Amino acid sequence: MSEESKRTTGAQSETQAGKFGAYGGQYVPEVLMPAVEELADAYERYVLGNEDGFVDDFRQRIREFGGRPTPLSHAENLSGRYGFDVYLKREDLLHGGAHKLNNALGQVLLAKYMGKERIVAETGAGQHGTATAMACAYLDMPCEIYMGRTDVNRQRPNVFRMRIHDAEVNPVDVGSGTLKEAINETMRDWATNVEDTHYVIGSVVGPHPFPAMVRDFQSVISEEMRVQSEDQLGRLPEAVIACAGGGSNTMGAFAAFVGRADHRSAEQGSGGVATSARLPGAPEGTHEPAADVDLLAVEAGGSSLGVDKAEGYAPNSASLSTGTEGVLHGARTKLLQTEEGQIVESHSVSAGLDYAGVGPELAYLVDEGRVEPVNVDDDAALEAFHRLSREEGIIPALESSHAVAYLEGYEGDGPVVVNVSGRGDKDLDTVIEESAARDIAGAPTMEVFEE
Amino acid sequence: MTRSEIRAAFEGGPALVSYVAAGDPSAEATKEYVEALVDGGTDVVELGLPFSEPVAEGTTIQNAIKRALEAGMTPDAYLDLVRELDVDVPVVCMTYYNLIYQYGSEPGPEEFVEAAAEAGISGFVVPDLPVNESEPMYEACREHGLDLVFIVAPTTTPERLESMLDRTTGFVYVQGRLGTTGARDEVSENTPEALERLQDADVPKAVGFGISSGDQAREVVASGADGVIVGSAYVDIIADGVENDLPIEAVADRLEALAAELKAGARKGLPEPERK
Repeated sequence: MSEESKRTTGAQSETQAGKFGAYGGQYVPEVLMPAVEELADAYERYVLGNEDGFVDDFRQRIREFGGRPTPLSHAENLSGRYGFDVYLKREDLLHGGAHKLNNALGQVLLAKYMGKERIVAETGAGQHGTATAMACAYLDMPCEIYMGRTDVNRQRPNVFRMRIHDAEVNPVDVGSGTLKEAINETMRDWATNVEDTHYVIGSVVGPHPFPAMVRDFQSVISEEMRVQSEDQLGRLPEAVIACAGGGSNTMGAFAAFVGRADHRSAEQGSGGVATSARLPGAPEGTHEPAADVDLLAVEAGGSSLGVDKAEGYAPNSASLSTGTEGVLHGARTKLLQTEEGQIVESHSVSAGLDYAGVGPELAYLVDEGRVEPVNVDDDAALEAFHRLSREEGIIPALESSHAVAYLEGYEGDGPVVVNVSGRGDKDLDTVIEESAARDIAGAPTMEVFEE
Repeated sequence: MTRSEIRAAFEGGPALVSYVAAGDPSAEATKEYVEALVDGGTDVVELGLPFSEPVAEGTTIQNAIKRALEAGMTPDAYLDLVRELDVDVPVVCMTYYNLIYQYGSEPGPEEFVEAAAEAGISGFVVPDLPVNESEPMYEACREHGLDLVFIVAPTTTPERLESMLDRTTGFVYVQGRLGTTGARDEVSENTPEALERLQDADVPKAVGFGISSGDQAREVVASGADGVIVGSAYVDIIADGVENDLPIEAVADRLEALAAELKAGARKGLPEPERK
């Protein structure tokens, strides 16, 4: 870069803000840039620097309101089935029933510290919308949620939960009516009301600082996993398995095993990584890389890994496994797209994984060989949903069912930790319908009760 | 066309910059619509290359982009359309960065910028490419003699404005209000203020987002703008044509009439002695 261009592009490019190797960045309309910069500044001060005791406040609230730490449960029956120890990190037991509260509470609290007066958010499966609505009720902030019409229809219980918490829910009718369209619409609202509004992005996606900040709020998952593994297993697990849609529970489950980002970039000269810090107050040792722990990101293989580029449709949401590099929703990352760069409609039986992109840090970690992307299809996820419900007494979210399903093909000898990112109550309508339509093994039916 | 011609387009009085989405509802129609807009007095054509996720657009242009994509518009078809345009004004490509980035054999903006230059494009407006991510695009544009037009928003800080002006060659796109594109009934009250902070910049300033009538064009020019940018108001006419199955010529006539009204309105915004 020339001296002149360094000067003209300002401070951002000199610090490579928000870059994970070639991924990340800040690709948003100019009207949003000052808000993004203000947020990056607030992230550095409050989240990384614990200014005004922000992180202490967050940690106390996520304990007392959220119910952390969540347990690490030994899954005895699954362990017997597979012949190695399976542990479940129980984010389904977090208040609200999913890991999403870690981030939503963190961001709504940060918005309070920043003096913002209104929250907007997008949601796919509704868990992020629910968590945001819940955090807003708790912290007394007005809240408006955008949700694709398809997702509104397949996640009705969560729509009602958001409304119970006094959030306004706006269905988005364009496109396939899923997460991608909800994000577009929320960005438009943010662009119109940017001066007093904070956009609580629900995953490790979007412009810097969102991917780094959401990861940091979610990193409480893997902080606890490490400490609990040492206590309960006497060692770190052989592998951590987490489902990946946008990637927030994935990065939350992996962050403390990856170690501090600056170690990687300094050693490998990969062009700079967004931040070098984790959430202040993390237990001793959880900043250190754990290179011998395999990190498996389980994507939604949908019905097939192919992409019908002519039709602009992918019957999967496996952007880490099959996507190509591009720019969407504020970041450079791996995307499901046509050769011309049009974003294709994705598919998963799980609304929460149904997204054509993925967090830029995950894309980077996959390229670096630190994270292995794998996938399971819709049927396998449904089977795993029933298996965990039947054999362990835990109804997992359809998202988490993908991670559980991967145990069937796992070839190590454990112990492994599966991140159960959320509970599956919200998915029951989908599961009843899809299990019957696909004749899923081991699925109970409701037919006997129907006249 | 080269950069001097984009700038030259602003030198004959207040300029009218007119946007339509390429391929809405067909490439054939777009050609006629663009020619009609130029006949009506358009000085710079802003031709949208449709992207599936147009986050900076309001409903009107979102729907136009959807129609264009459904009709099969692609980057290559777009370049063909530009080559076939029979107009004597500069054409600016407005699109999102992913399409530029993906074009050709290697990821990056170089190949599309080169192809666009060969097809006759004079410059780019890329709403999701803020100045701090613009280095590769800026270099590619510079190499091929094209302008990269930045959007100055009401929220833009003085530091960011300075960075943008350092890289601006064609014109500055002044976003008249917060939010997304879309026709409005009134000019934003922030417009004079937005123009005032650009008064020392040695580059033409055109105001967009919300302008739809001759009166509004007059008001914006009277506030000190060198030009007005209009999109959704034309797209409304095109959408009406699609909805009512009107012939291309009838829609083109209405577009030409609106362009003429806007151009005349813009001229009226000049102080008396400068009017032509």
